[in-house]
Formats: sequence, structure tokens, C-alpha cells
Amino acid sequence: MHVIVGRKQLAPDVVQTEVEAPLVARKRKAGQFVMIRISEEGERIPLTIADSDPVRGTITLIVQAVGKSTKQLNQLQPGDTLVDVVGPLGKPTHIEPNANVVCIGGGIGAAVVYPILKAYKDSSSHVTSIIGARTKDLLILEQEIRARSEQTIVTTDDGSYGMHGFVTDALKKLMNNGKPIDLVIAIGPVPMMRAVCRVTQEAKIKTIVSLNPIMVDGTGMCGGCRVMVGGKMQFVCVDGPEFEGHEVDFDELTARLKSYVEFEKEAQARYENICGVHCGLES
Amino acid sequence: MKISVASIAAWSRESRAVRHGFESKILLSSVKNMAKKIGAKTKTPMMCQDPQVRAHNFNEVALGYREEEAVFEANRCIECKNMPCIAGCPVEIDIPSFVKAIAERRFEDATRILKSRNSLPAICGRVCPQEEQCELKCTLGARFEPVAIGRLERFVADWARAHMAEEIPTKRPSNGKKVAVVGSGPAGLTLAGDLVQLGYQVTIFEALHKAGGVLVYGIPEFRLPKNIVQQEIDYLIKMGVELKTSVVIGKSLTLTELMTELGFDAVFIGTGAGLPSFMKIPGINLIGVYSANEYLTRSNLMKAYRFPEYDTPVIRGRNVAVVGGGNTAMDSIRTALRLGAENAYLVYRRSRAEMPARKEEVEHAEEEGVQFHMLTNPVEILGNEKVRVRSMRVQKMELGDPDESGRRKPIPIPGSEFELNVDTVVMAVGQGANPVLTSTAPDLKTNKWGNIVADPETGATNIPGVFAGGDIVSGGATVILAMGAGRKAARAIDQYLRELNLNATPQPQEAEESTVPN
Repeated sequence: MHVIVGRKQLAPDVVQTEVEAPLVARKRKAGQFVMIRISEEGERIPLTIADSDPVRGTITLIVQAVGKSTKQLNQLQPGDTLVDVVGPLGKPTHIEPNANVVCIGGGIGAAVVYPILKAYKDSSSHVTSIIGARTKDLLILEQEIRARSEQTIVTTDDGSYGMHGFVTDALKKLMNNGKPIDLVIAIGPVPMMRAVCRVTQEAKIKTIVSLNPIMVDGTGMCGGCRVMVGGKMQFVCVDGPEFEGHEVDFDELTARLKSYVEFEKEAQARYENICGVHCGLES
Repeated sequence: MKISVASIAAWSRESRAVRHGFESKILLSSVKNMAKKIGAKTKTPMMCQDPQVRAHNFNEVALGYREEEAVFEANRCIECKNMPCIAGCPVEIDIPSFVKAIAERRFEDATRILKSRNSLPAICGRVCPQEEQCELKCTLGARFEPVAIGRLERFVADWARAHMAEEIPTKRPSNGKKVAVVGSGPAGLTLAGDLVQLGYQVTIFEALHKAGGVLVYGIPEFRLPKNIVQQEIDYLIKMGVELKTSVVIGKSLTLTELMTELGFDAVFIGTGAGLPSFMKIPGINLIGVYSANEYLTRSNLMKAYRFPEYDTPVIRGRNVAVVGGGNTAMDSIRTALRLGAENAYLVYRRSRAEMPARKEEVEHAEEEGVQFHMLTNPVEILGNEKVRVRSMRVQKMELGDPDESGRRKPIPIPGSEFELNVDTVVMAVGQGANPVLTSTAPDLKTNKWGNIVADPETGATNIPGVFAGGDIVSGGATVILAMGAGRKAARAIDQYLRELNLNATPQPQEAEESTVPN
């Protein structure tokens, strides 16, 4: 059992949860994830580790409620427990020291890119961050990211805050008037990562993306998370989660993410039916 | 052996009577005599759920012998002198003795004989490929069907579960030595049981949230009820084995940390073959194409067949093809039926004779309505506009000369392609070695396929104190072979640690003979 020791609402659907997982906290490096299970009937879901505190023996997860399990997770309060937290899984981010790196986080992707930009910052790289959201209320970790980046650009799709536009618009601006960029790290929804890759491909800038396909075990055993990268089959859980974005078959990834849409709808409807009123679901 | 038509008729009448529950002492004694006298030609059938019914539920298929059936079957043993069955068993169970004990209704004795060699008899009685092992060697088998040793093993184990109080064998006092076991599958469980009994402090690390390895994620409930596996694990815990689930060695902790910081004196790696192979054909990543591992893990471990009560879904195909001919393929296709498939196709590139699956599983699959496409191999999986499987193009094969495996090599027949109308495809075409542990233990020697190199007799690897066994060494094999490897490694670890102790302390140690229970 893993006790939840902290909870903070970051945006209407986004909750930051701090949970006891001493083994994971001790080992975890930027870019790695855990598989969690909320209850005995629960599914195993992969979640990126946003931060950790080896002394307290805790890890921080930042989760957007999109399906049944993530909604359920975001309802949990300090003192509640998760039946399993296993990790850290996946390969840690490969950090190139002294690089001029642009870290892009779209939506909840800001939570995934945050530990990576921190690691880059710690390796004396020059970090420029771009974080984007549909609208101002959905922006997360702005202060934390600003504090660890030389420059931070915020974009909103609706112009309610920061630059009006997409993260790719901000990136293009940087590319046009800034210093040469060694590396772009782009993490967020698949369409965003793909759009960033299109922009950087033309300019031949190395671009790393972090993928979040459907997983079951998270240890290479099931192959459910397979993606084609450079024409080769890769298992995201053991070969990733980070890959060279220009090599990733995003079409296939997008399609495979929809494998269980009908099931997800059913599970969610059932969950809201059982618990909706009592739990006071947000959104 | 002369058998008259009349006596066979009499036997089959009587045995039918037994099977139908008309059990009287007089009848049984005559049946028993008859069995001995005429040497019943065939195995006593085991009751099973009706194929039409069981194809739609996840309850156990085979129901096991009842006492009278077991006694009758045990009496078929002709008590031959050379007892070849023992050599056919990877853990060398004293088969003639336990069969004789059943024949004489000494079921408690049978249990003790069996358990002295096999710590997981209820499991082995259900999943061992007996027809290639003990039963293959049975003297009776030369002329008739061999004694149904597997069914008798299962009978004894189930009888003991129902009738005997659990006996916790006396352990030796703690010797203060710590052994880590990586993986809680059949190899690790066997080894843990052996070593804890010898006074070692044993800790099992399991990556998944539930212990049992392939016994829980792979083999379905209808073939091996999970409460049986759980009972065996509970038993080990009662013996003092410590179990840590959701710890991935290679990630949460490394091999080196186990040996240094955590102070384990020896480590056994029994992580299994956990990296599924996919055919390199177009369409392999369409929605609805699974590895058998994923399909079975979703259904068994995660209980997707009980969705939405359980959160994990699995696609319930109407027309399902499973590619492969092993036990995993059989488990997958029979799972598909139970998930509601109207058509369940087994596609295998060789012929039925070459199928590695247990004979009983093949028969059960056939009875349940699985349609076999032998000498057939997929060339492409076709998708619809939603990137979901809509059919699979296959081609017919013929058998050529034997290949490295000794089996005749399948060769495509040109122009023989046709389409199977399927919406789900499960690949049960073997497994590679999982890299999670080995990739963080660079000093550990592996072969070109990533399997750990270990001494076949002891499981010793190139690192002193590190042993390995089961599928991570051998590549995909069987439960019983993994158990055999676990037993051998237990013996070797015990010997290794005793020698280490002797070298470390000059005082003469108490002389004890080999130690792992036989």
C-alpha cells in the first residue's frame, strides 16, 4: 500500500499527488515513469514521475483526469492509498551537458517536461522553455518552470494569457531570431509533438519526444506499447519512453491510442453513475 | 496379454458404472481386479465440463478423478521392475510408489511421496506435458495407453487439499544466510521452498503486483485455477519466505545492490522469458493484434473478462485467429472462445503432429470448437479505415526437410494464399529474453539472444553467488523444466554457501549431507 501524503489542484482537471514510494524515490531519474494501480479491480496505468523526494520517500505525480482511472486517482485525498506503485520504469532521459536546449510542454506535457528541463538545468545547459495550453486556467507549473529556465515563453490557444498561438509558433519565433538550438524536447499531446517535429525537421534540429501509449505491465512483457521508430518496432516501456521524434510513426501511435475508446466510455459512464454525485467530480 | 472381447466389454461396462457414480464395494473390487487382470487398454477418462458449456465460462475444464476412478486407474500400473517413468520426470518423482499408494487407498502416503519431490503437485498435475515425460516412458504405454500419471498426480494433490491439514514441514534453524529470488514463477517458487526449508532466509522479488509468474498472468483460470497457485504461495509465506511484489530488479533495485547494500549472500534469477515476438508482416500493429502475453495478461492477471467490474479491457473479437502451436496458443484461442468469439481459428505453420502443445489441450480446444488451420502461415494482416483488423491473409505450407529444431521445415506453397475473416489476431509465436534485469547487470554473461548463460546442472552464472534458471536461461519451455532448474539451483546455492562458510571460518562445521529435500 502506498499512502498519499499530499494533494494539490493545479488546474480544473489536473491534480498533483505526492505518494509514498521509497524505492522509486531513491532511484528515479528524469524521464522515468511508474505503473500504478488504484485498487484491486484497477488497471495498471503508466504515469510520469514529475518529482521525487528521496528523504521523505515520496514521488510526485501530476495527472490530468481524462478517463475513469485518472478521474478516480484525482479524487483521492491525503491518507488514501494506491495498491501498487512500481518503478522507476523506462530509460532515463539522456542528458547532454552544456547544450542549448528548448523544452516544450503542451498541456499536461509541462509536468513531464519539467523534470527533464530541471535535469538539463543542473547539467549547465542553457534551457529555454515553452509551455502552452488551450487557455490560461489550464496552464500548470508556470512558476516552477520559469524558475529553472533562462527564458520561458507561455502560449495560449485563445490568447487569454501570454503569447496568442501554439507552442510551434513560439518555437518558430525562437528559431528565426535566436541562437542556434542544439536540441528540442517536445512533450504533450500527440498532435502537438508531431507539429513540433514538422517544424524542427525542416531545420534539421534534433528533437526528442516522450510517448505515452497504452501499457499493461510496463516491463517489456506484453508489447502493447509498441511503436515504430525509424521502421523498427520499439517497446516504449523498455526502449523508451523518449525517442527521436523525426523517426516516430505518429499515425500509428495516434490510432493505437484509440484501441479502447468504447471501453473507456463505458467504464467512465459506469464510474460516474456509481460515484459521480457523491464524489463531486470536477468538470 | 490376452484380452477377450467379452472381458473388455465387461470392463467398459463396469468402468462406466464407476464413472456414473454407482459405487459399491463389490462392484469396485471386481473393477479393480478386472483392471489388473486384463490391463485396461485405455486411461480412465477424466470428467470434464461439457465442451458446449465450458467454452463460455472460465471455470476449470477438467474436473479431476474421483477416488474410485483414481484407484481404478492406479491399478492399471503393472508395477514393472525398471520403472522408466521416474527417469521421465524432470524432478524424479517416485511415481510407482505414489501410484501404488493410490491403488491401495493410502492417499496420505501418496501425498507425502509426491510432495517430497514436487512442491507444486496440484499445478504440475494440471500443466505438465506428461505425454512427453513420465507417461511417454510408461511400460504399459508400449502396448496400450500409459497409466494416466498426470491425472493421478492431480488427484492426489487435490485430495490432500481437501482432506489433509496443511503440514508445515520442520525447517532447519536459521543459518543466517540470505538468498534473493528474482521472479516468482515456477523456478523461483520451487527454489524458495527448498531453501527456506534448509534454514535460509529467502526473499522473493516479483515485478508484477501478484506472485506466480506465468502461473497467474499466462495460464488461464480454466486450466489452472488461481486459488491453487495462491495456496502454494501462501504455503511458502507460512514457511517463512518473504514476498515483495511490485519490485523490478534492474529498475527498483539492481543485482549489485542485492549483493552489496541489501546483503544477500546469493541471488537466483528466474525472471522467465518476458519479451514477446511479433511476426514481421504488414499490419502487425493494427488495433486488434495482440501478443499472447498481452492478451492473456489482460484476461487472466487483470481479469479483463470481468470488465467493467475490473477496469482493464480486452477486445472481445467475434472472429479470432491465434497464430502458433504451443500451449500459449491453445490458452489464447480458448480464452477467445470464452470472451465470446463465434469463430476461433488456430493458425499453425506446421502440421498437428509437430504442435508443441500438450495433447490434452489440443483435444480440449478441438472439442470446444476451435477450427484448426494447420500448415498455414500469415502473410499480412489487413485493416479497415479505423486501423482495426478486418482480415488476415494466410498461405498454405508444406513440410520440407528437418531444420535445426529437428522438426520438418514449413515451406510456403506458391499461389495458395487466402483470406481469413478475422477482427482479432493473437501472436503466440515465442518469446525473447527480457532485457530489464540484464541491461543493468553488464557483468552478467548472456548469449546472443539475451538469455543468461548458466551451468545446466547448477544454474551458476559467471558471477559468483548469482544463479539463474528457467526460461530466462533456456528460452521458452515448460513449468516443470523451470521447476527442475529451480531445484538444481537450490542444491547448488546451498552447496555454494556452505563451502563459502567453510572457507571463511576455520572451525570444522558439522558434517551434513546434501540438503535440499529430495
